[in-house]
Amino acid sequence: MADVAARNPADLSTQPRSGLHKLMQRKSTIAFLMALPLILLITILVAYPAGYAVYLATLNKGMTRFVGFGNFEFLFGRDTFWLVVYQSCLFAITAVIFKAIIGFVVAHFVHNIPSKGQRKWRGMLLVPWVIPPAMSTLAWLWLFDPSYSALNWLLGFFGIEGIPWTGEAGWARFSVILVNVWIGSPFFMIMYLAALKSVPEQLYEAASIDGATWWQRIWYVTLPMMRNIIAITALFSLIVTFANFDIVRVLTAGGPLNSTHIFGTWAFRVGIEGGDIPLGAAVSLFMVPILAVAATFILRDITKRGSEV
Amino acid sequence: MVSRKVGRRRFVAGTAVASAALVAAPFVRSANAAGKLSVGFWDHWVPGANKATEALVKEWAEKNKVEVSMDFITSQGNKLLLTTAAESQAKSGHDVLAFSTWLPSRYADQLVPMNDVMEPLIKENGAVNGTVEYLGKVNGKWLAVPATSGSQIKGPCSRIDLLKKHAGIDIQAMYPAGAAPKADAWNLDNFLKAAEACQKGGNPFGIGLGTTSDNVDTAGALFHAFGAQLVNAKGDITVKSDPVRQALDYYKKLMQFLPPDVPSWDDASNNKFLVSGQGTLIMNPPSAWAVAKRDAPQVAEQLWTHGFPSGPKGRYAPFLPYFWGVWNFSKNQSAAKSLITYLSQASSAEKMTNASQGYDLPAFEKLTTFKVWAEESPPKGTLYHYPNPHNHQTLSIAAAPAPHKIAEQIYTQAIMTQMVVRYAKGEAMDKTLDWAAKELEGFSRN
Repeated sequence: MADVAARNPADLSTQPRSGLHKLMQRKSTIAFLMALPLILLITILVAYPAGYAVYLATLNKGMTRFVGFGNFEFLFGRDTFWLVVYQSCLFAITAVIFKAIIGFVVAHFVHNIPSKGQRKWRGMLLVPWVIPPAMSTLAWLWLFDPSYSALNWLLGFFGIEGIPWTGEAGWARFSVILVNVWIGSPFFMIMYLAALKSVPEQLYEAASIDGATWWQRIWYVTLPMMRNIIAITALFSLIVTFANFDIVRVLTAGGPLNSTHIFGTWAFRVGIEGGDIPLGAAVSLFMVPILAVAATFILRDITKRGSEV
Repeated sequence: MVSRKVGRRRFVAGTAVASAALVAAPFVRSANAAGKLSVGFWDHWVPGANKATEALVKEWAEKNKVEVSMDFITSQGNKLLLTTAAESQAKSGHDVLAFSTWLPSRYADQLVPMNDVMEPLIKENGAVNGTVEYLGKVNGKWLAVPATSGSQIKGPCSRIDLLKKHAGIDIQAMYPAGAAPKADAWNLDNFLKAAEACQKGGNPFGIGLGTTSDNVDTAGALFHAFGAQLVNAKGDITVKSDPVRQALDYYKKLMQFLPPDVPSWDDASNNKFLVSGQGTLIMNPPSAWAVAKRDAPQVAEQLWTHGFPSGPKGRYAPFLPYFWGVWNFSKNQSAAKSLITYLSQASSAEKMTNASQGYDLPAFEKLTTFKVWAEESPPKGTLYHYPNPHNHQTLSIAAAPAPHKIAEQIYTQAIMTQMVVRYAKGEAMDKTLDWAAKELEGFSRN
């Protein structure tokens, strides 16, 4: 395709064209100018803070001298840091797996509901995802309260002893993952539902004629057709879950015994609450390589899909 | 319109009269002649408590012709902490700001020395307690002035009826309203026995072991009662010591009688526990009582604020002061100091304390006997012992006397409560101490 926008032919023949004029006529220049506000916004809100975080992470505790990788070296020697790495991975991977499974199952249920009533179900199932997480986590905090909560009251009703949901390391980890799954599953559900709707009905008909069972139709038709969307959704969610802050902050504040801290919450504890901003910046930067790998996969997948289309 | 021509003689005469009038007139300052001042106060928990501060500031602004803008910044969600960090980084913001416990030392290099404000205030209102001096004065330099609004003692607040019923303790007789405490028997051994009795009676003590301030403060006071220091004043790590072992052993016993979820408690948990009617005792300023007065009056009628139990090394209670400080980038430092001086007068402090229903606590020695504490009810005299009027206990802060940079980390990372929970949950004493020593070693880096 020509990279020059259509112009008046008379102008072409009579007026000498300046370099700037030619440049402004290019589609790529126009595209750049139109994207410029967004580029500026990203530079101010993303690139600058990220660069500043890198700069901070290279300073000493008093922020008076350059220490290079000193903060990172220090972190490698801390038990709490490795606990945070473990918990961040456990939290993100487990939550994404469960969100994907639940989203996939629920999407199938909703897909099979007659279209007349489907809209209501879709709307209702999206509720956890559209409520601000800090608010819904607060509701969960009350549900998990060992002394006054509905959950322990229900357990007590059946003669089961109350559970210290946020008071014991294992249960606390379970609780933060559960809330994350509850909030994030509808996103998977809606993405998978969209993918399911785009699978041509003829493929299922052909599979039925070939005598395929329910499971074979899922395995050989549905899953291959949804492969790209599953990958993209899972990777996108992995990034968001790794960078989570609000759920852990509201529900456990990283406790008990730092067992639920993830990078974001521990960076806040060390940097803002503890007054060691360079170390806090170094902790938060540990998310970058992990998220960069996930982002690379997403971008590769998108490119692949683009070339397939 | 008639125009009049002004001749030379008329002009000279007119100018002379005008000049004479100007010289003879009294000096009239225009409004806001002394410039502008921006102040960030802590947003009080107690409804209506900000109004006293607001009125005092307006009064001062009027008198001094200063244009003052006020912000009441909540500490909920660490908003005040974030504002302070942002202003420190940006070197711009409020002239006067409320600094919580550890922040004056954290921002020592950016705060204007306040010796010229503090010295006359101490002369007038009496000395401040050792904790205020430790937190607010570094190398002989006062970094900030202890604020009335927000400063508090987190002493025990007990149920009169339940303590009597389960443990046979008459807390009102021990801490009588209007008189000195008769609390020699109120020691850690009896405290433990009472905790056990109340737990068996179905109304346990509500002492949190989470990582937030209330939890850490209680642990700090109990560690002090054993003389247990994690790091000494010189910065040496002293965690592997007998007093620390004794404190951990004591806490392990105490933890058996506390609700099972105390490791996850935050600053609201103990309040809820008391107000719900389940608990017998919590460690808190009178905010829990104030909430009970509103939401559960039958509970409030049975609440009594009193002193800490004494340990082998004395009787300690946590004191958490707020400070008012002036940034060195403030453009109106003299007005800022003048305002702080005005707010620190006895009459101003009393107005703030009254508006907060006795919650706010001035740090100065002579300001602990306001009427409000003797008169607040129900029951009458419930807050009499709250401001420590008989100097019955040493006011302290967890992690002191460690150097500030280390102490702040010990406090915010809740090392003491984490040690207690680790040990109480079955970890070997030496392993717990090793863990703590390693953490403390990390805090010592520069």
